[in-house]
Amino acid sequence: MTAKPNSAGDRLLEIRGLRIEGQSEDRWHQIVKGVDLDLNRGEVLGLIGESGAGKSTIGLAAMGYARPGCRISAGSVKFDGLELVGLAEAKKRTLWGSRISYVAQSAAASFNPAHRLIEQFSEVPLEHKVMGADEAKTRAIDLFRRLRLPNPETIGMRYPHQVSGGQLQRAMTAMAMSCTPDLIIFDEPTTALDVTTQIEVLAAIKNIVRQFNTAAIYITHDLAVVAQMADRIMVLRYGETVEEAPTAEMLAHPKQAYTRTLWAVRSLHKPEEPADDMLLRVEGVEASYGNSIKVLDGIDLAVPRGRTVALVGESGSGKSTLARVITGLLPPSKGQVLFEGKPLPPALKQRSKDMLRRMQMIYQMPDTALNPRRRVRDIIGRPLRHYLGLRGAVQEKRIVELLEMIELDHRFIDRLPGELSGGQKQRVCIARALAAKPDLIICDEVTSALDQIVAEGILKLLLRLQKELNVSYLYITHDLATVKAIADWIVVMHQGRIVQQGPKQAVLTPPHHAYTELLLSSVPEMDPAWLDGVLARRGAAGGGAPAEASAAS
Amino acid sequence: MTLLQDNSREGAMPAVAGTTALPPRRSWRESLLRDMKHAPLSAWFGMAVIAAYVVVAVFAPLLAPYAENELVGAQYEPWGDPFFFGTDQLGRDLLSRLIYGARNTIGIALMTTALSFTIGGMLGMLAAVLPGWVDQSLSRFVDVLMAIPQLIFALVLLSIFGSSIINLILIIAVLDSTRVFRLTRAVALNIAVLDFVEAAKLQGEKLTWIMIREILPNILPPLVAEFGLRFCFVFLTISALSFLGLGIQPPTADWGSMLRENSTLINYGDVTPLLPAGAIALLTVAVNFVVDWFLHKTSGLKD
Repeated sequence: MTAKPNSAGDRLLEIRGLRIEGQSEDRWHQIVKGVDLDLNRGEVLGLIGESGAGKSTIGLAAMGYARPGCRISAGSVKFDGLELVGLAEAKKRTLWGSRISYVAQSAAASFNPAHRLIEQFSEVPLEHKVMGADEAKTRAIDLFRRLRLPNPETIGMRYPHQVSGGQLQRAMTAMAMSCTPDLIIFDEPTTALDVTTQIEVLAAIKNIVRQFNTAAIYITHDLAVVAQMADRIMVLRYGETVEEAPTAEMLAHPKQAYTRTLWAVRSLHKPEEPADDMLLRVEGVEASYGNSIKVLDGIDLAVPRGRTVALVGESGSGKSTLARVITGLLPPSKGQVLFEGKPLPPALKQRSKDMLRRMQMIYQMPDTALNPRRRVRDIIGRPLRHYLGLRGAVQEKRIVELLEMIELDHRFIDRLPGELSGGQKQRVCIARALAAKPDLIICDEVTSALDQIVAEGILKLLLRLQKELNVSYLYITHDLATVKAIADWIVVMHQGRIVQQGPKQAVLTPPHHAYTELLLSSVPEMDPAWLDGVLARRGAAGGGAPAEASAAS
Repeated sequence: MTLLQDNSREGAMPAVAGTTALPPRRSWRESLLRDMKHAPLSAWFGMAVIAAYVVVAVFAPLLAPYAENELVGAQYEPWGDPFFFGTDQLGRDLLSRLIYGARNTIGIALMTTALSFTIGGMLGMLAAVLPGWVDQSLSRFVDVLMAIPQLIFALVLLSIFGSSIINLILIIAVLDSTRVFRLTRAVALNIAVLDFVEAAKLQGEKLTWIMIREILPNILPPLVAEFGLRFCFVFLTISALSFLGLGIQPPTADWGSMLRENSTLINYGDVTPLLPAGAIALLTVAVNFVVDWFLHKTSGLKD
C-alpha cells in the first residue's frame, strides 16, 4: 500500500534567507543567520552539526514554529507553495500533525504517561477529522506492524512506561505517520538509545519513510547515522550553512575544512599497552537491589595501573551497578573488591578518607554532576581542602593549575556551572576528580551526553592525563567507537554477566562471542549502504531475531 | 529541559574556550537591581507596603504620639483632635497602639516563622538524605501532628503551658513546621537523587555538609517563597489566638486583641475595629504580591 504516487522531484519545502533570533537577558541575538533549504517530495535531508549549531531551531522553523523566547525575524518558509512565516496560528495548526509532523528526541518525555499508546495515536487523526476512531485503530495496528513492533494488535493498549525506549520511539514515529504527512521532522530520534536498539529504530524509520514516500528532515549529530538515512546532507555551524551535497558525495569529498574535521572525529586511536601491576580487582561479585533479582552475577575483572579498562554493554546490563559496587554505594551480596591486593570494606561508610580519595568518579551528565549553585572555585577547591588540607593561596594556585590541566582559562574560576557549556562542565568534573590525586577514575558514560567534537576533546584530554599522571580508568560505555579509541582491555557485559573479556585487539577481531558480534555490528559506519547490508545479513542469519529480542528485554 | 537550554548555550561558547574572551560577569548586586527594575507594579506595591510596615515597627517609639499603655483620655473618644483614631475601651490612644502593635505582632510572627523554617527545613532535608526509617518515622510523626486541626491544637497546648510569648512562639513554630517539613522534604528529594549529591557522598562528606552546602542552596527559591506565605499564616494564627484571648496578653498592644477589645464599636456603626483588621489584611496582601513575583521569577517562565 503506497499512499501516494511517487512524485519525487517536485518541491515541497523551500526556505529562503531564514533568520531566527533568540532572547537572552533582554537582548535578541541571532541563532540562525540566513539559511536556505530546499526539500523535494520523498526526499530525506540530513541536518548535522555540533550542539548549538541551530539544527533543531531550523527543524522547528520548517513547521513555521519558533520556541518560546525565539522569533523568526526574516526570511520565508514555503511549504507546498504556502508561506508559513506570519501565517495565522489556527491555519498552521491545521497543517501540523496532518501534513507536517515532528518526532522528538526523547520519546519517553513526549508521551503522556497517563494515556494508552493507541489513545495518543488516535488523537491527531481525530482532531483533524481525517478518520473515525475505528479507522484510526486499524491504521495504528497497520503502522505498528510496518514498524515491526512486537504484538502490533495489542501493543497499543499499553501505557508508555510498559514498553522499552526503542519501542516507544517507533510508536512515536507511528504517531507522526498517522495522517500520512508530506513531511516529518526527526529531531535526533535515536540519540538517547543504545546501539542495538538504535539500529532497529533506524531500520524502521528508513523503511516506513520509503514506503510512504514521505519527505523528511533528519536532525542528528551522528555522522554515521545521517549517512544511513539521508539522500542529501547539510552541514551547519553557528547557524549558517557550511556546505550541502548528496550523501555519497559529501562523505567521499567534503569540501570545507570544518566538514573534514567532523569526518575525522572517529579517527582517535590509542595503541594497546600490556599491563602487569593490577590496581583493582573484582572477584566473584554478586549484587542485587532489594532481595529480588540478581543484577550482577559472578563478576571477575581487574584494572591495571595506568591503563584503561572499558566496560561495554547496552543499558540494563549492570555496568553502572558494578560501578556502584566498586565505589561502595551498593555493598555486594557476595564476592569482594580488592584495591592494591587489599580487600576494600564493602560499604562506603567503612572506607577511610584516603581510600575514598584514591578512587574518583566522573558522571554521564555533567549538568547534574555539578552543584548549580557552587562556583568552579568551590567545586574544585573542596576536594583539595577535604583530602589534602590545602587552603588559601596554596589552594587557589592548585585550582588554577588544575584548570590549566583541563585546558580551561583561569578566569573560569568564578563561574557557575550554568555559565559553562556541556564540554566545559565535563572538564570541570574531570578537574574535581583529579584534585584528589586519585589512582583510579571511574568514568560512567562521560561522553555520551556530548556531541562528537566535544566528546573527542574530552577523550583526548583523558588520554593525555593518563600519560602524564599514570592514572587508571574504568571506562563504562555503550559506544564502541569510544572503546576502540581509548581502551587497553575490554569487558563485555550482558544481563549482569561478563560474556567476554580480553585485550582490545583480541576482543575486536573475529571470532567474536555472539553478543559481542551483535554489539559490534550495530555500530553505524560511515557508509550509506551499511544499514541495508547489516539488516540483509541478519535477515539471512535468522530473521533479525537477536536484536529484536534484546530490544524488547 | 536543562539539556536543551545547555545546548543552546554551547553555540555562544566554543567547546575549548580556554582562550576566548569571556563576557563580563554580573555581580549579585547588579542582577538584583536589574530584577527590581523589571518588577511588576503589584510587586512594587507589595515591597513599598512591607517597607512602610518595617519602618513603623522599627521606629515605633519615635512615630507614636503617645506611649503604648498610657491612659491619655476618656474611653472610646471619637476620631479627630487630639486622638487621630480616637481612644480604646480604656482610654489609650488607638494610633499609638496600632503603631506599637506593628512592632509586636510582626516581630513575633517573624521569629515564629524563622524558627518553624529552621525546624521544618532541617528535618525535611534530613528525611530526604536519609531514606528508610529516619524518613519514615519523621514523616509519620508529622502526619500525626497535621491530622489535628492546627488552631484547636494550638489552643489546647497554650491552655496547658500558659500563654506566654515564648510558649506562643514555640508552639506555633512547631505546629507550623510540619508544613515546612513536607515542602522541604519534597523539593530536597528531587535534589538528593542528583549526581552531585552522590559525588559528595563518595567524597566522604558529612551529612550536615551535604544538607547545607549541596542541597540547601538548590531548594532556597521555593523555601523563600514559602517563607512569605507561611509568615502570613503565622501572622493570622497569632491574631486569631489573640482575638480568642490566648495569644499575646494585655496590656501588650497587638492587632488581634485590639480587634477583639474594640469589636463592640461595630454595633454603633464605628469602623475603628476594622483598622487593626485592615492592617493585618494589607500586610498579608503585600507579602503575597512579593511572593508571587518571586515565584514567577524563579520558576524561569518567560512571559
